[in-house]
Amino acid sequence: MSLSNILNNWSHYRRGAEEGGHHTYEHRWAMAINLDMCIGCNACSTACYSENNLAVVGREKFDKGQAMHWLRLERYWDEDSAEKEFPDSGAKFLPMMCQQCGSATCEPVCPVAATYHTPDGLNAQVYNRCIGSRYCSNNCPFRVRYFNFYSYYETSWPEPLNLQLNPDITVRDKGVMEKCTFCVQRIRTAQDTAKMADRNIIDGEFTTACAQACPTSAIVFGDTMDADSQVTRLWKKHQVVRHTTKQDKRNPELRGYRIFEELNVDPSIMYLERVRDTEV
Amino acid sequence: MIVSEKDINEQIKWAQINKDVLRSLENPRKAYWVALFICVAMFSCAIVAEIYQYNVGMGPTNLNNPHMWDMYIASFVFWIGMSHSGTLLSAILHIIHADWRKPIYRFAEAMTTFSLLTAGFFPMIHLGRVWNLYWVLPYVSDRGHWPNFRSPLAWDAFAISTYLSASMLFLFIGMIPDLAICRDNTTGWRKKLYTLLSLGWTGNDRQWRTFRKTYLLMACFLIPLAVSVHSIVSSDFAMAIMPGWHITSFPPYFVAGALYSGCAAIITLFVMLRYFFRFEEYMTTAIMEKTAKLTFAIAMVWTYLNLVEFAATWYGHNVYDKELLIAKAVGPYAWVFWTMIFCGMVVPFALAVQKFRRHMPTMFVVSLFLNLSMYFERWMIVAPTLSMSHQTHQWDVMWPSIIQWAIVFGSFGWFGILFLVFVKVFPSVSMYEVKEMVYHRKREAESDEAPATGKPNLEGAS
Repeated sequence: MSLSNILNNWSHYRRGAEEGGHHTYEHRWAMAINLDMCIGCNACSTACYSENNLAVVGREKFDKGQAMHWLRLERYWDEDSAEKEFPDSGAKFLPMMCQQCGSATCEPVCPVAATYHTPDGLNAQVYNRCIGSRYCSNNCPFRVRYFNFYSYYETSWPEPLNLQLNPDITVRDKGVMEKCTFCVQRIRTAQDTAKMADRNIIDGEFTTACAQACPTSAIVFGDTMDADSQVTRLWKKHQVVRHTTKQDKRNPELRGYRIFEELNVDPSIMYLERVRDTEV
Repeated sequence: MIVSEKDINEQIKWAQINKDVLRSLENPRKAYWVALFICVAMFSCAIVAEIYQYNVGMGPTNLNNPHMWDMYIASFVFWIGMSHSGTLLSAILHIIHADWRKPIYRFAEAMTTFSLLTAGFFPMIHLGRVWNLYWVLPYVSDRGHWPNFRSPLAWDAFAISTYLSASMLFLFIGMIPDLAICRDNTTGWRKKLYTLLSLGWTGNDRQWRTFRKTYLLMACFLIPLAVSVHSIVSSDFAMAIMPGWHITSFPPYFVAGALYSGCAAIITLFVMLRYFFRFEEYMTTAIMEKTAKLTFAIAMVWTYLNLVEFAATWYGHNVYDKELLIAKAVGPYAWVFWTMIFCGMVVPFALAVQKFRRHMPTMFVVSLFLNLSMYFERWMIVAPTLSMSHQTHQWDVMWPSIIQWAIVFGSFGWFGILFLVFVKVFPSVSMYEVKEMVYHRKREAESDEAPATGKPNLEGAS
């Protein structure tokens, strides 16, 4: 943040999200989650636990709301569900993780800039820089940031479970915030591999742990700056566009929407509405 | 019946003022020592809790995913708010020449400084990794890493450290002539301390002129600072996008609340000091009446701003905001909300009754209720918003654990220790200003008695 940079590029930095934002992106990692295909099996969450060294906190702390599930499966019931038996009672599932917002509310409030925007559109969280003021979590409308309330690692992986920890990423200690990274370690590995082979990243060459584990392939991950990627095609098919607070939804075939886009946070995850047959 | 009474007996001799105030450095009532002991005991509770929390992490406080902030932040805002009335009383009333402030402004200023010192602890206590606290400050690091200047928390760090240093300086500068009096009347370690602190004050003409200018300058500097500090504290909430926080009227609302709780605290300490040090001659019922009237006026401003906020939310028809407002009134935190409304909007009407204003024990109790309301107000800003924000799946009701209670409880002890030690070591009534006040009042009384021959010439008198 040098002075000359501010003076020379002032108008560039003044561009709001609706004008395309001031970030110069190299990639734009995004997802499409088809809720119609989600069966609520929790495989994505489990995969996330093992990929990202998420601490297992135990039932007591889970009940207190101190769990570390970066990807949580939210379960919603119909309003009259109490009177009906499952499946008529209508459970709906929503895999909820960090939406990697284009204009994220967590980023400006961190006093030490521990969370910032990367050139590939991720909201990076720098554990070493975090001092644990927890403002980012308070300002996240999705409530997908998880705080290390204890030194969870001390009890989370008793021997020999520590051997299953992923060596590509760290184990976090008490007092830092963490959240879904879109499996940034996989992204970086793929980038390095592509660079070594002197080529671009090929769509489908790698994916996130949740997308990989999903038995119904409800989660699709990819680069929206790659015009041919599967995720770009899905976004286009459902005519979901970025930098807007409301998608054009006149055609009922267009099921795509982004959660809380009316807050102008520009989430990177498109959900596809559940097609519900009321006479299940 | 309207009792018109003098703010101070203008027949007090100057030597008597010195004697009365210096006496407070020596022999307080036994209640002083009891109060000090209670404060130390309270503070040790907080020490134990903080050591535990430091070692284990933030978990035992019951904080959880939606409730990342709770009593620590509420207490932080509360203590910052309390610090504002000291500035109001000494700086604003100084500039508008309300001389009834003179016998009570010293302890109000001390209260400002010490409540800031207490407030400063809370952002540290609440940090997950307090040992990295200094990263919030813009120091030159060889990693080339600055704090995030967009974050209200970084603004907080600048605002509070500026306000703390300015208010300490203001307190100290205003005390210099009194420290010289102390220096001339004490022996032993006190003599050494006062000699050092009075900076060679002899009371000559040049020193007085410089002193007056500096004091006025500091007063002018402090007023915008005090207003901006609490506006910045309010932006901790107003800059967020959360329902119940993202409110345009927050800065004036916070400043009004700050002055309110500060005035209430001044009344509490007024009654205590008057009793401990037998200051009935100086902290008179007439001054108490004026303080109470001021508090009442501020209470009404605060009430108005509260109602404006409710109305704006109600007619704004933002679904999240409105749901939250309804939940505040009828949800799990409703009893806190209604206690706040009752103690903050109804109880202050006791201040409108002259009989109550003149009765010290009543004022003591009323002021405690007002401050209770102000504490609840801060807590009602922090907790319910986190309890039900946008994402319905994460709605949760949380009550703070014993660890949080112990630390907040202990913060009152810490404030009490600082304050009680201060009033024992330093003169808590400004001797030189009371002398001035007595002098002016005396001249006024004399000119009233004398046949009217034009305006009394007060210019040359000071």
